[in-house]
Amino acid sequence: MAVVRRQPVSDQDLERLARAIEEIVGHARAMGLDFFEMRYEICPPDVLYTFGAYGMPTRFSHWSFGKAYHLLKSQADLGITRIYELVINADPCHAFLLESNSLLENMMVAAHVLAHADFFKNNWRFRETNRQMIHAMSAFAERVRQYERRVGRERVERFLDAGLAVAEQVDPFPSTRPDPRRDLPRFLLDHASGLEEWQRDILSSLREEALYFRPQMETKILNEGWASLWHARIMRHLDLTPAESLEFARLHAAVLAPHPFQLNPYRLGYHLLESIEARYGRDALFEARTVETDLSLVRNHLTPELCEELGLYVYAKQGGRWQVQDTGWEAVRDALVRQLENCGLPYIYAEDDNYQRRGELYLRHGYDGVELDVTHLHQALRHVHHIWGRPVHLETVCDGRRTLYTCDGENVESRAL
Amino acid sequence: MNETRFRIYREDWSLHRQGQMDQERHMERIREAIRANLAEVVSDESLIASDGQKVVRLPIKALKEYRFRLDWQKQNRVGEGGGAVREGDALGTASGAAGQGAGDGPPGEEVGEEWFETGFTVEDLDEILFADLALPHLEPKRQPDLTAESHEWRDVRPQGLQSNIDKKRTLMEAIKRNRLAGRPALAGISRKDLRFRTWDVARTPQASAVLIFMMDTSGSMGPAEKYVARSLCFWMVRFLRTRYENVRLHFIAHTTEAREVSEEAFFTKGEAGGTRCSSAYEYALQLIDRQYPPDLFNLYAFHFSDGDNLLSDNPRAIALMRQLLERCSLVGYGQIETQPQYLAMPYYQPNTLLSLFQQEIDHPRFVTAQIRDRSEVYAALRAFFHPGHREKGAG
Repeated sequence: MAVVRRQPVSDQDLERLARAIEEIVGHARAMGLDFFEMRYEICPPDVLYTFGAYGMPTRFSHWSFGKAYHLLKSQADLGITRIYELVINADPCHAFLLESNSLLENMMVAAHVLAHADFFKNNWRFRETNRQMIHAMSAFAERVRQYERRVGRERVERFLDAGLAVAEQVDPFPSTRPDPRRDLPRFLLDHASGLEEWQRDILSSLREEALYFRPQMETKILNEGWASLWHARIMRHLDLTPAESLEFARLHAAVLAPHPFQLNPYRLGYHLLESIEARYGRDALFEARTVETDLSLVRNHLTPELCEELGLYVYAKQGGRWQVQDTGWEAVRDALVRQLENCGLPYIYAEDDNYQRRGELYLRHGYDGVELDVTHLHQALRHVHHIWGRPVHLETVCDGRRTLYTCDGENVESRAL
Repeated sequence: MNETRFRIYREDWSLHRQGQMDQERHMERIREAIRANLAEVVSDESLIASDGQKVVRLPIKALKEYRFRLDWQKQNRVGEGGGAVREGDALGTASGAAGQGAGDGPPGEEVGEEWFETGFTVEDLDEILFADLALPHLEPKRQPDLTAESHEWRDVRPQGLQSNIDKKRTLMEAIKRNRLAGRPALAGISRKDLRFRTWDVARTPQASAVLIFMMDTSGSMGPAEKYVARSLCFWMVRFLRTRYENVRLHFIAHTTEAREVSEEAFFTKGEAGGTRCSSAYEYALQLIDRQYPPDLFNLYAFHFSDGDNLLSDNPRAIALMRQLLERCSLVGYGQIETQPQYLAMPYYQPNTLLSLFQQEIDHPRFVTAQIRDRSEVYAALRAFFHPGHREKGAG
């Protein structure tokens, strides 16, 4: 598909968009969506790619965001992917629309993000997220800049690298059923002895950010499915010209198209939710939006019919090739549940902060059949060591055998247990 | 519809450059990673074989964000959309699959990395590779016939490329304008405030350079030796081309006789027979005396051999080498010893040209390098072109 660069939005277009959004908001509310006050911003592609890469309009600087930005931008330039919108879980809810979108694209996106805002407001996993995180993140970004000036950019970057490596290992349920072993950044904050104040601030802020983003990782399928379902229904209520109707049908079909090798969350979520409503009615649909996550949605609602309709299959690597293993719905459901478990991340338990009474850190991988990526493991242990300051151990299973990896700062060694 | 609970904003994002800035930092880290692996990079075969335009694939380890990860290769995954898919069907090779998606999961996981690998050009490498290399014994020639261009950032103007916005000056302008208008604050940046950095082209006189490559093409120089010589010459030529606008190349192949050959023949053709190095030196001297008076040209001569020369030829070879040194800015001798018997006793071969030259010639413009495998190509390059190149040999 050719990439068409459209003219920036004129004031006239903006006015038409404002009228359209007003109508869209009215329909959404009439259909029962319950969203935050909306703040729509029209921005150029580069800005949208930046927000897409950073996940937030203002966030601390790090090379990994630059890499993500570069990737997004290049893929868009090549026509591989295109970001249409970005929406931030905040109150008021921030939605960013691409200025080069057509009016109809922006209308669809405006409807889509209303459903996201409804989801952020009502899904149980979002109940405790910080709706003012925009400000917290931008304040943190400013502190990082100060630290860079004070202790040097290299040191700050090195620590950010390490902090980002562990931040994902946050306990997603710190307030309901906290497990001190399950929250690696928290454990490090509580027990690492040599951290300077700026390092503690960075680690604890990265942890807050990870906690903020966590529910979005847990509800990707549900949230995108929800937004796709409502943008479709709202758009059907609008008085579109035949050309616009056709354009919309094409866009919608593209959003819900299957992806080879991986799941399109929009497609799976959309069909799961449609089938819930078809089987149990409108109330059940809204209840699913409130009480489910991707994991429970699939576990509770994937049916043999859906599995067949969506053409789902289990595949694995056999020799150098990816091969279809199973097309049975139970196998698919179980594989999918496993894939979604803990957002696809391994469980890493902090077992001991004084291993062998030498102040060494002992971590254990909660092995449940899938082994760790060894290359990543080596580097991640170095990152943990950077924070801990003393030898770090990780117990896992490697090639079927219980194995202990030890990082002394420079080298990582392994031995069978 | 009195409760229209939404607003549309359009802000001026023209100064929003965080993405680009962090992208630059990412590229900087790629360069650091390359710098750490220069020896590998320099001897990369695909690179040498390329015409310099080809994008380069480099082993870059620093660019992944390392986390605790499950090994996707060892896990069952769920795919979709295969209505006709049956158990046992192949979905393509693992590497083919890696190019497909862009998200997480197994096929997409490598995409970002591969993309950055191929985004790097040989030009980018030049910058890193040659950063601290310099031409030794460079002398201003009487008749500089060419000039070198360089770009110097030393001007700021109200017009320019969007990517060259000078943020600080722009903000200063905005503050100035607001203050003049009686608003002592930074309130909105107008088009008129924008300031751009721009460059001047500085032309400095440069003489042209002449490179004479000489190589033993007798039977003992096998494909491995030629490959090493070729990759070293590749970088030497590139290096000189970054320093001179006009680089003239001559390739002299020799066995017992010397003759001028094409660049391609120089690196590919092999012959049988004995070796008389003096024949090549003699040819080079004639070439210089005929076409390139040393007071007009910067002359560089390099000779590659496996170290084997007819014993009876050695005195003449040394005498002619001394004559070359009188005319050239630099003469380099690279001894390529990739044969296993040399690896067994790498440091001292009493009968090779290298040891002979080291005993007989002590000249500030004479540099020798011993190259035992591909990883030493970079060290040889540095030996030839490093300002403090007095170190004898690279091995």
